[in-house]
Amino acid sequence: MLELGPIFRALLRNKIGAILIAVQIAFTMAIIVNAVFIIYDRSQQTKRPSGIDEANTFFISSSGFGDDFDIKGTITQDLEAIRALPGVIDAIQINAIPISGSGSSMGLQTKPGAEHDGTGVAVYMVDEHGIKALDLELIAGENFAKSDIRWRGPAGSKWPAKVIVTEAMAKRLFPDLSYSEAVGKTVYINDVEPMIITGIIDKLQAPWVGWDNLDNAMLSPEKMEFQSTRYLIRTVPGMRDQLMKTVEELLAENKSRVVDGMRSIDYVRERSYRGNTAMIKILTTVIVTLTIVTSLGIVGLASFSVNRRKKQIGIRRALGATKADILSYFMVENFLISASGVVLGAVLTVALNMLLVSALSIPPLDWFYILAGMLVLCLVGQAAVFGPAKKATEIAPATATRTV
Amino acid sequence: MFGYYVKLAFKSIKKNPLLSFLMVFAIALGIGASMTTITVNYLMSANPIPDKSEQLFYVQVDSWDPHNAFNDESGDPPNQLTWTDANNLFDAQKAVKQVLMAKSGGIVVPEDKNINPFEVQIRLSTADFFPMFDTPFLFGSGWDMAVDSKLEQVVVLTKKINDKIFGGENSVGRNITLAGQNFKVVGVLDSWEPVPKFYDVNNGAFDEVEDVFVPFKLKETLELPSWGNVNCWKSPDSEGFKAFLRSECINFQMWVQLDNQEQQSDYLMFLDNYVSEQKSLGRFPRPMNNKVSDVMTWMENQQVVEDDAKMMMWMSFMFLIVCLLNTVGLLLAKFIGKSSEIGLRRAIGASKGQVFQQHIIESATIGLLGGIAGLLLALLGLKGIESLYGDFVKNLISLDFTMAATGLLIALLSSVLAGLYPTWRACNIQPATQLKSQ
Repeated sequence: MLELGPIFRALLRNKIGAILIAVQIAFTMAIIVNAVFIIYDRSQQTKRPSGIDEANTFFISSSGFGDDFDIKGTITQDLEAIRALPGVIDAIQINAIPISGSGSSMGLQTKPGAEHDGTGVAVYMVDEHGIKALDLELIAGENFAKSDIRWRGPAGSKWPAKVIVTEAMAKRLFPDLSYSEAVGKTVYINDVEPMIITGIIDKLQAPWVGWDNLDNAMLSPEKMEFQSTRYLIRTVPGMRDQLMKTVEELLAENKSRVVDGMRSIDYVRERSYRGNTAMIKILTTVIVTLTIVTSLGIVGLASFSVNRRKKQIGIRRALGATKADILSYFMVENFLISASGVVLGAVLTVALNMLLVSALSIPPLDWFYILAGMLVLCLVGQAAVFGPAKKATEIAPATATRTV
Repeated sequence: MFGYYVKLAFKSIKKNPLLSFLMVFAIALGIGASMTTITVNYLMSANPIPDKSEQLFYVQVDSWDPHNAFNDESGDPPNQLTWTDANNLFDAQKAVKQVLMAKSGGIVVPEDKNINPFEVQIRLSTADFFPMFDTPFLFGSGWDMAVDSKLEQVVVLTKKINDKIFGGENSVGRNITLAGQNFKVVGVLDSWEPVPKFYDVNNGAFDEVEDVFVPFKLKETLELPSWGNVNCWKSPDSEGFKAFLRSECINFQMWVQLDNQEQQSDYLMFLDNYVSEQKSLGRFPRPMNNKVSDVMTWMENQQVVEDDAKMMMWMSFMFLIVCLLNTVGLLLAKFIGKSSEIGLRRAIGASKGQVFQQHIIESATIGLLGGIAGLLLALLGLKGIESLYGDFVKNLISLDFTMAATGLLIALLSSVLAGLYPTWRACNIQPATQLKSQ
């Protein structure tokens, strides 16, 4: 590293080229580090499990029409028929589909009265088959009994006496108790209507993937007397696609209703997280192209600087510098430029992140992303300069003698 | 001279194809990325009804929970109205024009037995929806206010639904069965896709227009279901549809037309009086907080432009900066590489100004080439966005003339800017030193 002095002084004589590369590296680093961080954040979000048997579950809507459409009878018959199909593990009528983007929420509170704040919770109306159909694990308390299930009218607003909540919800409601101690406690819905927690399930996500309370969900023991309704069906592995057809045909036999909206949970997940998947792909493209552009810029400028210094390189070689000396000269020069670039880049990265945090819902960056970014950008710089530097070593010492 | 410099520019570009390609490529990437994200943002934040956006106002009154604001952060009143307030405010008829609306749905059973019954989205609205929002009609027209109050069962179809049920014929005067009831067709809309779908951004700002339009007040008599966003701070007092309508649940939207400042302040005064009156009846427990917002203010308040779109736009601008820095560096290398040629031109009489012109034109030419390639990349980028996001962005990915021109202008300006320093360096090359070394 004896050469540092001369390299540095030579750089000062050609400031602009060096500054251009350094600034370019700084901006590239700011974008890339933030992009990588966002990619990581989004892919973590996308991977969160919903709690249900996603690969083997689908749902379908049925909308009756006409005045003589028998809602209760149809629903009861439908469920019996679907549950009897070979390959169906269980089926339920349900008001909303987890992670699908639409559903309903209520507030639960531990003390009655409008003056107390409630905790937001996603509501799933299911019968006693709910736990099996949704593939939930009952970790405390007990499931609903058949006699607990009531019919909710089309504009019904009252709530049943029992409720099953997720572990996350139990912990939010009773932060000082273990989840199993929450069983038997009374909570209030609609400010004053009491519901007794009779069971705790391990995990079930709300319909809205962007919601802060995503893990807060409750099961309410009821069937819905609605013209338009939805069934959720869980099948044994490998039978889903086949059963989707069977169930659709089965329901369509009744001509006084419209059957549509049949989707698998896989589809719903893809759809709900499409924004994330798209963002990840876009940012990956940005990272790749930006790295290419920056490296090509470094290659271009380095080749130019090698060309301009052909004569000096020849002289140095003639005076005894080895090929390795020449190579290391350009590598070290580039390292000095890259190093100052990534220092500036660290500042820009934090600035961009602060902008994103304050204006948009992006979490603040972890510090090690910045370190990693600095290292990677230095390596990119070294890799980009290697080609032109290698070429510089090919310059023959005799070049020195050709022109004066 | 200009033509000659352009010719020289092309010569110089060809002479060093790799370097030139790198520059054009860098500018094209930067412009392509920026144009893609600008287009998406531009369309998301577009004014959907430019002629009237300053006269149409969204109405909000604070009927919410005494213990919790509807929106803790902004303190804004609820984003929709209760059935009671919507009807009271509408019946007062205090604005030049006013429209109530809500989203609903039902089954259509076509007379033609070959077409299966199907579900449609219903936009419940009052008569002035059509004149207020300048909807184009293919056949017939909307309905008048008498129809609203007489609860006549009429329907306006969108083109899509008219094509489906009536094969695109003029269906005015014919009947359809919707939600189990007989409706008379009075009008068929021509294609109409406001972007954003400003009249109801609560339920998907970039969704398609609903399939059919039906008089608002039929919701009560026909008990049409409440689709779209329903939000309640307390439950209805009793079970049933009527109780839901009488409750504090919000599911209804109101727009008014107010032509000048005076009408605006009068309308706000009217809202305040209305709320005071309701307070004396025991409703509206919160402090007075009423708002009317014109179209663009409302779009901004509802944050119609997605955060992700904004973020991508900022990032693409930084991307453009990197590409331009890149171009500056490469131009510098190129022009200094041409030192001897420039020296020669100077020695045989070219002034500094002429050398400057020549090189700025060369930079601009590279910029324009990059701009054109960038626009092609932007088209590709928009296609990519469509394939990544699907239907949601269908209306957000068209590149219009303004955007294309903007793109070229940005490319031109930025390349000239990028060329300034290298050109300045080129002008200051001393003819003597360059000639000596030949």
